[in-house]
Order: sequence, then structure tokens, then C-alpha cells
Amino acid sequence: MIRFEQVSKRYPLGHGQRVVLQDVNLEIARGEKVGILGRNGSGKSTTIRLLSGAELPSAGRVVRDMTVSWPLAFGGAFQSSLTGRDNLRLICRIYGKDHEDCIDFVSDFSELGAYLDEPIRNYSSGMSARLAFAISMVIEFDCFLIDEVVAVGDSRFHQKCHEELFVKRIDRSFVIVSHDTEYIRHHCDIALVLRDSTFHRFSSIDEAIENYVSN
Amino acid sequence: MRRELNSSLSQSWAIQRRIIFALVMREALTRYGRHNIGFLWLFVEPMIFTIGITIFWTFTKAAHGSDLPIVPFAITGYSSVLVWRNIPGRLSNAVLPNVGIMHHRNVRLIDIYFARLLLETSGVSMSFLFLTLAFWVVEWTALPEDVLQVLSGWLLLNWFGWSMGLLIGSLSEQTEIIEKIWHPATYFLFPLSGAAFIADALPPAFRDFVLWLPMVHCVEYIREGFFGSAFVAHYDLGYVVTCCCVMSVAGFLNVNYVANRVVLQ
Repeated sequence: MIRFEQVSKRYPLGHGQRVVLQDVNLEIARGEKVGILGRNGSGKSTTIRLLSGAELPSAGRVVRDMTVSWPLAFGGAFQSSLTGRDNLRLICRIYGKDHEDCIDFVSDFSELGAYLDEPIRNYSSGMSARLAFAISMVIEFDCFLIDEVVAVGDSRFHQKCHEELFVKRIDRSFVIVSHDTEYIRHHCDIALVLRDSTFHRFSSIDEAIENYVSN
Repeated sequence: MRRELNSSLSQSWAIQRRIIFALVMREALTRYGRHNIGFLWLFVEPMIFTIGITIFWTFTKAAHGSDLPIVPFAITGYSSVLVWRNIPGRLSNAVLPNVGIMHHRNVRLIDIYFARLLLETSGVSMSFLFLTLAFWVVEWTALPEDVLQVLSGWLLLNWFGWSMGLLIGSLSEQTEIIEKIWHPATYFLFPLSGAAFIADALPPAFRDFVLWLPMVHCVEYIREGFFGSAFVAHYDLGYVVTCCCVMSVAGFLNVNYVANRVVLQ
């Protein structure tokens, strides 16, 4: 379970502040698949960072009794001056895993070959995405956060991601934020619409999508 | 509640140690790489600075106002400068290059600061140690008369550097002015810091003035340990400890304040 209790998030601006979330409540149960639809700048990524705990709310509480991933396939969580292999080492050290146990999977999944020993700033966007996703799958979590659909990569890569996430880890919780309504329709049990600093709830995914599209 | 679920204090400590170790390794790799001498630069770099200053002062017969041997005088003086000057410099604007890594919940701002503090302190300490031993081997310096006093003075100076670092580092996230002021301030502080003089050689009024600076007390104390009774040292350890306590508390509070408001976008 992850629960937002009366959570507000405000960012200071040059003048005044921007209210991204205002007194919101939210609960994600174990195994639940939650989609969050929202326009650009509506606060989707902020929600993800509050769920993961990377940022703290300005007011209210975030309670969790599940382990929560960092935003999946998010290349920003890596170090561009380091090689793919050193990034794996770093992540493994942070999460207390032995990277020797993981290197075969990462090498196999990312299909990087010799590029695994190149700094990731030399990678193409497809290569970065493959590495980022592969490293994300090395650490196990109860709840996976997915910020936007993996936009890069070919269909084969998408198929492999699907297999890892929605087949092998179907028992976990997912929170997917996106403006891709079809992706959310296919992968989520419920959908919320994030608008005007709050979550709007609907009785079905179709209703949520309809509301999102028509506003 | 920032750490992992239901974590007891000892679990938190284990996680924090793991994170700091990961960050130290990462930092050593991104800063020094695996090329040529790699992470040895950690202490070779400060050694080069200190050797340069030592040679320069030896040839100019720097007017340090005493007949203390110039080589250990320069090593103790310039190593001290590296502590109070470089540590706050390394901790300034540390958030931006670490925004990515901070998406991992257990990586907190204080861990990033600790990793950099540890690297910086160990680099300068090794430089100080190796230079002393190297110059001792070629008989350009004697070993300290009181190693324990040098060591405790060095620890005290590093405490001052750490508390200054936490304060300057966290303040630099709140306003750009801090870095703009701190950098030139180090230039003005250098000649006042006790690196290039002994306090006893100063006119009393001026001496009282520079003794407002905690690092002067530390250098004096370290040098007394080094040279023993060869000169009259001026220091007040109670004053330094008080300064360090106040600055440490202020530093930790402000780091916490900044960390709770860190923006990762």
C-alpha cells in the first residue's frame, strides 16, 4: 500500500509559488494497476516523485509499506559519464545487490555488446532506453512507477519490456502516468485524471479516458 | 520515513553506509576515471599544490616571521589551507549534478555531502601524510615532536572544514550569492589563515584580529605539535570547538531544510 494523506505539493517560483497538488488523497493497494492521465504540466511527474519518495510533500503525509521503484526506464537516474557497466555497479551498490549476479541479464537484455563498456553519453537514445530498462529490472520492487510509455526503441524492445513487466511481474503494483490513453486502457485496473491540482476518480477506465479526452 | 520501510536505526545506518560507499566509488570514478593514475589523483593533486608552494616558499625565503624550518612550515600551512578552502568548494552546488542519482529514494543530500567530505578529507590527509614522510626520508624535515597533537589538530581542522562545508554547501543551494562570495573570500582568507605566518610574529592587535578565524588556532596547534617548543603558539581550542559546534548544528539544520525542499526536475 502507498497512501497520500492530504498531500499538497508547491514549488516556489520567482514570484509566488506554483501549486501542483492540493490536499489530495490516494491509495495504491498491493497488486493494483493504477493509471494517471494528465496533460503536460498537470503534475504527473511530481506525483511519481512523491510516490517514490525522491521528493517530499509540502504538506500532508505519504505512507508506504511497499518498496517502490524509481521511475522506470528513466535515463536521468544514471550517470552519463560512466559506462553502462559502472552504472549497473552503482545501482547495485545503492540497493545492496551483487552486480555479478545481474550483469548477464543486463548484457543479454540490453543487447549492448561492447557498448556496455562505453560511457552512456555515447549511446543512442534506443541504447540508453534498453540499458535503463534492463537495470530497472535488476532490482525487485513491490510497486513499479512508469513515467510515460517507453517511447523509444523498436517493437521487439517493446515486446521484451512487456514480457518483463506485465507478464513476469504481473503480481506487483504499477502506477503508470501517461497521456497515451490506449496504453493505460490495456495495462491498468483503474484510471485517475489529474487536473487542477487534484485527482478525479471515475467508475471505469473508459469513463476516465472519455473525461480526459473531452476536457 | 525517508528510509526503507520499518527500518530500525541500525538498518538505517547500514543503508546509509552502503549508499555513501556507492557514492564515494561513483565520485572517485567520475572525477578521476580509470585513465593514467586514476584515483591516485585524489592525493597526488593536493600533493602537487603543496610541493609547489613548498618550493616557492623555500626559494623566496618566505618571511614567515620565525626561524622554523621552511619545508614542514609550508606543508603544515598549505595542507591546512586545502582543508578549509577545498571542502566548502566541493560541497557547493552539489545538487544539480546529482539530481539523477537522487531519484533513488535512499540517496539523500546528506549522503552526497558525506561522500564528498570523506573523499576530500582522505585526499588532503594522505597528501599531508605522504609529503611529511617523503620529505623526512630525504631529510628536509624532521618528524613531528608530538604526533598525537598533530593528529588531533588535524581532526579539529577537518571538523571545521566539514561544518563550514555543510553550511556553505547548503547555503549555495538557496542563493547564488554564496558561491560568488565564498570564492573570492578564500583569496582574502588565505593570507589571514595562518598558513604563511605564525601568530607570535604578528603585532598583538593584528594577532588578536586574525585569531577570530578558527583555522588560525588549528594551524598554530598543529605546528606546536610539529615543532614543539621552537616557538610560542597562540590558540584557544575551546573557541574552535565552540565555533565548530555552532556551525555543525547550523549546517545540519540547513542541509535538512534544503533536502526537504529539493526539486528534482
